Amino acid sequence: MTLELKGVSKTVDGLTHIYTTDLTLEKGTMNVLLGPTLSGKTSLMRLMAGLDVPATGQIIWNGKDVTGQRVQDRKVAMVYQQFINYPSMSVYDNIASPLKLMGVDKSEIDRRVRENAELMKLTPMLDRKPLELSGGQQQRCALARALVKNAGLVLLDEPLANLDYKLREELRVEIPKIFEASGSIFVYATTEPEEALLLGGNVATLWEGRITQFGPTPSVYRQPIDATTARVFSDPPMNFLAISKTGGRIMFGDGQSAPATGKIAELDDGRYLAGFRPNHLEIGKHETDAMEFKTTLSVTELTGSETFVHLDHHGERWVGLIHGVHNLTLGDELSVWLDPRHVYIFGEDGKLVAPAAYALAA
Amino acid sequence: MAKITLDNLAHSYLPKPGSEDDFALKELNHDWEDGAAYALLGSSGCGKSTLLNIISGLLHPSQGRILFDDKDVTNAPTAERNIAQVFQFPVVYDTMSVRDNLAFPLRNRGRDETYVSERVQEIAQMIGMEDMLNKKARGLTADAKQKISLGRGMVRKDVNALLFDEPLTVIDPHMKWELRTQLKKLHRDFGHTMIYVTHDQTEALTFADKVVVMYDGRVVQIGTPQELFERPEHTFVGYFIGSPGMNVIPARIDGNTAYLSGAQMELAQEYKPLDGKVEIGVRPEFVRLSQTEGMPVKVRRVEDVGRHKIIRAEFFGTDINIIAGEADPVSADMNRVIFDNAHVNVYANDWRVQGEAA
Repeated sequence: MTLELKGVSKTVDGLTHIYTTDLTLEKGTMNVLLGPTLSGKTSLMRLMAGLDVPATGQIIWNGKDVTGQRVQDRKVAMVYQQFINYPSMSVYDNIASPLKLMGVDKSEIDRRVRENAELMKLTPMLDRKPLELSGGQQQRCALARALVKNAGLVLLDEPLANLDYKLREELRVEIPKIFEASGSIFVYATTEPEEALLLGGNVATLWEGRITQFGPTPSVYRQPIDATTARVFSDPPMNFLAISKTGGRIMFGDGQSAPATGKIAELDDGRYLAGFRPNHLEIGKHETDAMEFKTTLSVTELTGSETFVHLDHHGERWVGLIHGVHNLTLGDELSVWLDPRHVYIFGEDGKLVAPAAYALAA
Repeated sequence: MAKITLDNLAHSYLPKPGSEDDFALKELNHDWEDGAAYALLGSSGCGKSTLLNIISGLLHPSQGRILFDDKDVTNAPTAERNIAQVFQFPVVYDTMSVRDNLAFPLRNRGRDETYVSERVQEIAQMIGMEDMLNKKARGLTADAKQKISLGRGMVRKDVNALLFDEPLTVIDPHMKWELRTQLKKLHRDFGHTMIYVTHDQTEALTFADKVVVMYDGRVVQIGTPQELFERPEHTFVGYFIGSPGMNVIPARIDGNTAYLSGAQMELAQEYKPLDGKVEIGVRPEFVRLSQTEGMPVKVRRVEDVGRHKIIRAEFFGTDINIIAGEADPVSADMNRVIFDNAHVNVYANDWRVQGEAA
């Protein structure tokens, strides 16, 4: 089982929603579409499902051209951000409904409904109506209905976005387990980098209608091919600083510099862009060869177990991350340290020219 | 601005409540200090909206009194309480311009036009809508409309309190932290008494000086974000604050020793004999895997979330989470676990027990 997009694009009223895209998804894989709102995730999914017809290109399912084939005639299941269930039917009948339409016999329906209900922890709720369930249970009911069909392609469009963060946390742990048990091709759209990492599998990062990179999730995260991918796959966004290479050294401004080693040594002298993630800005402690930058603390955000510090570095906005919850005074000067091993170097066109040394070691 | 006192307050939606279970809001005594920023945090159905509606006067409590600066307002209608409210969904007058929407509460109270126009300008700058003042509200996006609602809530300086009921639900995620921090800045600049209801921990902790955590109709802890993280007073606080939440493990405590199924550890403090359900709580941040030291554990799964790793493990039949650094090695032979005893709390029937110096 494979799903292949060959030169697929989509335009609406002369506007390009999806630029020419080639993508192959293999049987039994989890594929995350990661990108901000309006980057093309839903458009791409609708093309995969057959809800929309591409302007150019072909959709190939198991080697067979299905471009233009109606969604009803394809083996596709879809789950949306809004919980969609039949309110007048019990949870049991909701899950059974696609099988009844397919004309599956009664005992087989019963077996599959119970199996999926068990997987989604809905067994005690089978006789209830969807509106008598919590938000998380309603979405699990919608998920069970999508899974029960044994569709070869399961599309999930931000399925956890409308849930409380605690429920989201629980389902994020469950979804990879469900997926492992099924063997279908899963496509999962999300705006959140952390969700993509938790789901694992492969990721396609999307930006303004283009897939910027596709590959195993942790390697796209640690080895982005350009600054756009790094920005999309970092929350809060990656920090950037204009730097230059002169002779054997990289000059970071503020009188800070580091020896050009490894891949960086091969670069021509000139101007580059350094990128580094919030969690790699060290505060309060640092490695011996780390570089020091003086910043002003403009805002802190507390997430419950982490503190995000928003910093002003000569008018540039940087974000740092400290583990634990800390009460810091806004407006204070704050020294932050950066280990050169954590720095990605991008060319002026945004392409990665030297990966961060730590990412190659990991 | 005013101090708000809740005196023996409780509420049931039933006409004749019997047991405590019938109360959506269980008995509560609390002073909301003048000029402080509070967040009311809990999952849906915990009673936080009930409490907010009692403070605003939309709901009459079945028991107890509510006082603004020691004056009893329990029976006063909403209009007389002199409060501003911002709701989950935008409330704007579609046919009016943004300017007239913002000016509405001031004109309603007969403020002169020079003041109105100055104040509207100030607020517009704060919510970043200066260049939209002459636009009609109709046709604006949901988050622009919600910004108008926020601005209108803050336009009057003479209100007793500002109440926010999940005001950022419709705001785009990228705008959220900006508005959250603007609200916080506003609080610092003007010193309004603010109560902010939310189920989102980041919103609550970022905005508030003090967070009031509610669970099942009861206030389970009032504390600073740091206190909620380091010393959750109730196991629910430990679970609800932090991602993943605190690990809770059944225990038997004898003095300064905790017996945890097949293992034992020394605690930082000494405890008197405890009755009922006894557990220890330790956050994933304060648990460490090891090859050689500590208690036995089975690692089930390692999740790489980029900035750190979440390790899902089983500790004598209890599922626990461990957080390890991005660069920390995790190998198959790490089958021991250490709980940092300075960060282990002891709970009896879900409430934290204070120990004594060992």
